[in-house]
Amino acid sequence: MTRRRRIDPALCFVAPALGLIGVFFLVPVVASLVLSFTDFDIYAIADARHLRLVGADNYATLLRDPRFCTALRNTLYFVLVGGPLSVAVSLGAALLVSARLARFRGFFRTVFFLPVVTTLVAVAVVWRYLYHPRFGLLNRGLALLGLGPIDWLGDPAWAMPAIILLAVWKNFGFNMIIFVAGLENVPERLYEAARIDGAGAWQQFRHVTLPMLAPTFVFVGVVTMIGYFQLFAEPYVMTQGGPADSTLSVVLLMYEEGFRWWNMGHGAAIAFVLFAIILACTALQLRLRGLKLGEREVATAPVGRRGAEEAGA
Amino acid sequence: MRRRAEVVLLHAALVAGAVLVLVPLLWMVSASLMPAGEATAVPPRLLPSAATLEHYRALFTRLDLARAFLNSAGLAAAVTLIALVVNSMAGYAFAKLRFAGRERIFRLLLAALVIPAQVAMLPLFLMLRELHLVNTYAGVMVPGLASVFGIFLVRQYALSIPESVLDAARIDGAGELRIYRSLVLYLCAPILVTLAVFTFMGTWNDFMWPLVVLADARLYTLPVALASLAGEHVQDVELMMAGAVLTVLPVVLLFVGLQRHYIAGIMAGGVKG
Repeated sequence: MTRRRRIDPALCFVAPALGLIGVFFLVPVVASLVLSFTDFDIYAIADARHLRLVGADNYATLLRDPRFCTALRNTLYFVLVGGPLSVAVSLGAALLVSARLARFRGFFRTVFFLPVVTTLVAVAVVWRYLYHPRFGLLNRGLALLGLGPIDWLGDPAWAMPAIILLAVWKNFGFNMIIFVAGLENVPERLYEAARIDGAGAWQQFRHVTLPMLAPTFVFVGVVTMIGYFQLFAEPYVMTQGGPADSTLSVVLLMYEEGFRWWNMGHGAAIAFVLFAIILACTALQLRLRGLKLGEREVATAPVGRRGAEEAGA
Repeated sequence: MRRRAEVVLLHAALVAGAVLVLVPLLWMVSASLMPAGEATAVPPRLLPSAATLEHYRALFTRLDLARAFLNSAGLAAAVTLIALVVNSMAGYAFAKLRFAGRERIFRLLLAALVIPAQVAMLPLFLMLRELHLVNTYAGVMVPGLASVFGIFLVRQYALSIPESVLDAARIDGAGELRIYRSLVLYLCAPILVTLAVFTFMGTWNDFMWPLVVLADARLYTLPVALASLAGEHVQDVELMMAGAVLTVLPVVLLFVGLQRHYIAGIMAGGVKG
């Protein structure tokens, strides 16, 4: 058997990227799992001899920790209300900017997309003032309609809706673009056929547009959900998790535990619980849609699907 | 007649949507130009009584936000440059070069996309601490240098390079590195612009990791500096709005200038796959 001495040049091409991803992402992910089974804290940072394996203690503590349960509930609220709302607004905007009767479509598309590229921290600072109960524009607008005033960020019942509203405003343009592409792929003859059968605008939407967008929904749904589970900057800047922990998210709690109190073992356990939930929800979404859709259509969104199968099932 | 009503309704909805989207951004700009105290007037003002640039001046003189601006710009540029090289090499190799385990490694990389970045953060911080990279520019940069998305983007594009072009170059005696440098980079130029825009904006806008890894205020990026100012200067609305404009404006201009490439990237990543 003869082996070539020379290193395969292809390996030199992938080595820098794989090395960086391996060392600065995959290794830490595995280390994080190990960390979550230790009591790594501020003493262990000073001297690693203080480190002990504690088994699943961190996870058991989490389940009993009322703050973690609050954070989980808040995050689920954000994902389950904010996610669908976000997707619905995206679809609505996509239908508007792709309407054949609409003029200046490019202009409106750009405007609707603008919030996506803005810096989250900066717009969170802006929205904090828009939400101000006294001089904020939002309450001013509501007053014109005879509503309010609402103490958006000061009232535990309104703080999360306020953050959802900001998130929808900031993010809907991204999914809108994906829906626009999906709409362009719907063959015109399907609409013609529907019209010949006497279908009105709503029926065309219900029986042609929506089914044809099914693969787009899978992609948009999975990507939006994964992103929304990682809620952090909005509450960090606008409410610091308050009032009364009503906007405390899982990632914000992980940040506080890990980087403010240096309970790294505890923080790692939080991160892994979040990861497990994301994985389960991704698998669930794909399973639900996958059964209805059939392989060919799902294959148009390979990132999410393959990713989940590989890592999950 | 009915069609006419439809057209009017459609445009009313479009304009209403555009107003709702733009109001927060326009108010940000307007408030940043108001004399101190005017943005908190009751009832709220929409436009400044007399536009002033004093808050922008204060950002650069009193608050040293120019430094944060340069930090952000420098970091985003450096990450973009390195990411372009690293990801384009890997993306090209995954598309066109043969090596053992190519498909399996690529599928593994795609699988890693579902892992949230936060999972890696705690150990990464401890690791960088051992390497004395915490509270350095390099520490901010490392997680963004190579990205699965970037590799994926270039690979999908590079798949369309005809094999015959590469073979012709090989027959002419060009080495693989030479082919990559003088042929592949040239052919992949459109997607590299896309990747550059994405990477630059992503680094510029990133918040959580710089917040974690930077302790020294002189190294802060704009979002981190802005978040820290927002805590201290809650009352100075106009000043904070000027800071927000300074943070948002570069990426918005970049997007408006290069939006064709940016949108192309979303399509490539999202739809065509």
